[in-house]
Amino acid sequence: MSGYRLPKGGRIDRSRAVSFTWDDTRYMGFTGDTVASALMARGERIIGRSFKYHRARGIMSAGVEESGAVVSLWSDARRVANVKATQAEIVPGLAVWGQNAWPSVRMDLGSVNNLFGRFFAAGFYYKTFFGISGRGTWEWMQFEKLIRQAAGMGRASDKPDPDHYEIVHDHCDVLVVGSGPAGLSAAAALASQGMDVILAEQDFAVGGSILSGGSDDGGPSSDAWLASTVEGLTAKGVRIWSRTTAFGLYDHGVVGLIERVTDHLEHPGDLPRERCRIVRARRIILATGAVERPFAFGDNDRPGVMLASSAATYVSRFGVAPGKRAVIGVNNDSGYASAMTLAQAGVETTLLDARASVPRSLASTAREAGIDVRAGMVPVQAIGSRGVRALDIGRYDGERALAEDRLSCDMIGVSGGWTPVMHLISHKGIKPAWNEELSAFIVEDTGIEPVALAGSAAGHFTTEAALKGGERAAAEAIKALTGKRRTKLPEPETDWEAPLQPVWEIREPDRKLKCFIDPQHDVTTEDVRLAHREGYVSVEHMKRYTTLGMATDQGKMGNVVGLALMAEAAGSTIPETGTTTFRPPYTPVSIGALAGDERGTHWRPTRHTPMRLEHEQLGCKFVDAGFWRRSWYYPEKGENLARAAKREAKAVRAYVGMVDVSTLGKIMVQGPDATEFLNRVYSNPFAKLPVGKARYGLMLRDDGFVFDDGTTWRLTETDYFMTTTTANAGPVMLHLANLLQTRWPEMRVHITSVSDHWGGLAVAGPKAREVLDGACPDIKFSDEAMPFMGVRQGHLRVESGQDIPVMTARLSFSGEQAWEVMAPADYCPAMFRALLTRVRAAGGVPYGLEAMDCMRVEKGHVTGRELDGRTTAADIGLGMMASKKKPYIGRVLAGRPDLVREDRPTLVGLLPVEKGTRFKAGAILFPQNESKGHGLGHVSSIADSPELGSWIALGFVAGGLPKWEGKEISAENPIDGESTRVRVVSPHFFDPKGERMHG
Amino acid sequence: MIRIDCPFCGLRDHTEFSYEGDATIEYPALDASEDAWFDAVFLRENPRGWHREYWRHGFGCGLFLEVERHMVTHEIRSVKIAHPGMAKVVAEADK
Repeated sequence: MSGYRLPKGGRIDRSRAVSFTWDDTRYMGFTGDTVASALMARGERIIGRSFKYHRARGIMSAGVEESGAVVSLWSDARRVANVKATQAEIVPGLAVWGQNAWPSVRMDLGSVNNLFGRFFAAGFYYKTFFGISGRGTWEWMQFEKLIRQAAGMGRASDKPDPDHYEIVHDHCDVLVVGSGPAGLSAAAALASQGMDVILAEQDFAVGGSILSGGSDDGGPSSDAWLASTVEGLTAKGVRIWSRTTAFGLYDHGVVGLIERVTDHLEHPGDLPRERCRIVRARRIILATGAVERPFAFGDNDRPGVMLASSAATYVSRFGVAPGKRAVIGVNNDSGYASAMTLAQAGVETTLLDARASVPRSLASTAREAGIDVRAGMVPVQAIGSRGVRALDIGRYDGERALAEDRLSCDMIGVSGGWTPVMHLISHKGIKPAWNEELSAFIVEDTGIEPVALAGSAAGHFTTEAALKGGERAAAEAIKALTGKRRTKLPEPETDWEAPLQPVWEIREPDRKLKCFIDPQHDVTTEDVRLAHREGYVSVEHMKRYTTLGMATDQGKMGNVVGLALMAEAAGSTIPETGTTTFRPPYTPVSIGALAGDERGTHWRPTRHTPMRLEHEQLGCKFVDAGFWRRSWYYPEKGENLARAAKREAKAVRAYVGMVDVSTLGKIMVQGPDATEFLNRVYSNPFAKLPVGKARYGLMLRDDGFVFDDGTTWRLTETDYFMTTTTANAGPVMLHLANLLQTRWPEMRVHITSVSDHWGGLAVAGPKAREVLDGACPDIKFSDEAMPFMGVRQGHLRVESGQDIPVMTARLSFSGEQAWEVMAPADYCPAMFRALLTRVRAAGGVPYGLEAMDCMRVEKGHVTGRELDGRTTAADIGLGMMASKKKPYIGRVLAGRPDLVREDRPTLVGLLPVEKGTRFKAGAILFPQNESKGHGLGHVSSIADSPELGSWIALGFVAGGLPKWEGKEISAENPIDGESTRVRVVSPHFFDPKGERMHG
Repeated sequence: MIRIDCPFCGLRDHTEFSYEGDATIEYPALDASEDAWFDAVFLRENPRGWHREYWRHGFGCGLFLEVERHMVTHEIRSVKIAHPGMAKVVAEADK
């Protein structure tokens, strides 16, 4: 037993008891308690275990800097690991669990690691990588298993997250982060000038350090002042967000905040568990306070050792005394107030001031309150492995102290100075400077960022100075936003009675003490020196080698001590050594909150074609292709994909079929210079394409590789309808827009994406003409009226007897006689039904992507699998198409020596030597019996061809057909251990002369 | 998250825009030399300081904007519509 609830005091609601569990044991606390204060009130001392040694850890602070009391909250799928007990408020039914210990934190068998401490010193991981005895990775493999078992903190749930989260966006004139004296005074000054203000507070209660103060004089920093200030802010429309942590500061005044919405509610209803708030603020005031830092002494990680101000916070805010007999070790004035608070609560208190000359008035006030003040004395070593029983103290000579007395005590408070919380401004790459007087890193210049620091975050450590600092920051913000000149307020000063004396570590002359600077990760002062001895001279390297500051608290308490010791070891100064870089988030953020609603099917759009319902009525199966849900196959009587696709492809080749081609990109290219524009962007000639004709076009990138292909239909002299591949609809549009807006602004061309405006069906097969003849009252489909590549606009008569507008072109992807018919999206369902009736009457079927893909492989037509950004026009067998006369995009760089090499992998067809053998796309092609190195190329597309009665493939082979036609090579699939002998053939497997589509 | 003040739409998050490359590049004529094209396509400065770049307001007006941005601080000094004709139309409409 150590801590206990005081009979009165504290900002808790003693009329509302709250029941929660700690490792399945029921405990009671009060509304307003944190997990830490409620456990302390019940005398619990061991709350956590450290990362490596499993040493007992108690409550070390009262805030986000906590490095000892780290627990898991809630159960099962809602379990949250690595929560600071000092931050979590207790709510009815809360389950709190000790972590990184077995069977429990109080009785942890893993603590035997402590006995092997010398093996776990700094750089342990790196050393085992190389092998302690030179045996290399074998040892690492063995140790890794041990480390994985022994090290680590809480375990996350492996179940799906049952909660939902949301992302909301906000704007304001000024965002004030932190609701202590500085934040409140800034917000009040801003609100009085009509500014739109958001005040964010990470705690569940507004007030910051005021909540830890003992003043009830009605002046600033009293409860009464706090209440009236908050009331005034609310009345002026200031948005006050508690339980909301600003976790990251980004460019141009954008701040990311996390609001914990429901964890404190007994009945959360439909509310999200957490809310990620993205605030765009015109100005930002960081009143984020300061964190007290300890100094290191022997066994200073024992339960019962805590920050001095935190000990006072437990008394003032939670009505809990951390112990009966306290020793407070300080090197500055602020620790006196903490000692006074403890003494006034009836704690027998001794104050050790490292300074030989103590502040006279503070010391006499303290002595009057019954505190035993000892000048020039420091703590040397804590006694008691499961909790402090006593403290050896000694006289400090500025570096060392020899234990000369033992004080019996059950808690030790330490104050080694204050570290301003400037993480947020650090996120913007602003470097703080070392302030010798305050012994702290201070940000003096925020550069171009619309950010000011106020209060103890700016090094103004007294309440009076913080209040003035807040007003000053507010005045500056108002000036920046309104241009109104106001009298410049003076920079406030911290008026400490006696200067702080830097103390980092207490050493004994003849004995090595185990002094911790990162209690969570078990980093000691000796580890820092070891890192330096082993050559880690940069702070960033030291951090990674020792893991100092890399635990869940990110070194908020111990970092500065580590830097100071590093500087000392290197024989340099703290400013020369510098500080490590802080990056977001300031405190841990749930991944779920960052994702918000964008999960499952909501993380990206789902696109359906306008004929979705018609497909569904036919029992169509869909496949994801980018954002699209494309019709894949239409199974009949329990057919699987392979059988359905085969039947569909056969029907198309024998009769006719229709397929949804709505996903093609469609762009209107219009204007007097449209022809010239197309002639520049396509590698083949477009200047002489007549009205009423379409042409296949191949588009290159600037670097000469193939970008995209598609057909472009000339509708009038100045209007072209361009189609692109499904995948490149967006990129092609962007490419054309880029050219017209930045490279050739003089061209009189307008482009419009009409991909969603038009839907389309391709009707293909020997009976395609029979299907379409008569379907359109004003379009003739005969060879004479519409030759291959002909384009016509007209109408299609649908079931209702009405005529819908369509445009159609005689194009073929399948190799059959075929037409693409396009209609405005809303007419597409009617078009689908009208054409399906006619297709069925001709013995045909609707077909999907799978059958279409099979037929295009049979024809050697390329898709995205071949146009993978690494192929030239010649590589895919279309080198002859490119114009030799005109300049066009990509032509110059396509002529680079490496792009015209004769042994480039070029498109070929591949047939298995043993007919019917299945092999896979992605397989690597090698000469027979030479499967080493990078091979000749790869298999790009594969299909089970009904026409050839075998699996067939397209692929790329170095040297192509001229070198390999008719020869056998090997398709190797090392992932599945498959090897297939294949013969290189022409990629035009089926109807190589194209008689069917021209017929 | 940087924010860009689109001359047509106003101040918006960069998530509405797409980065479209270096605006200091002068693309050569289509039939220029291989060297000229090589320089334009592959060689880029990486200045520690001010730089001009294109951003397209894809979730807005669709215009390509020429943005002057500081590569260290991300400060944006100017934003203008890349196409001179469109820039003129928008400027006149704003009068």
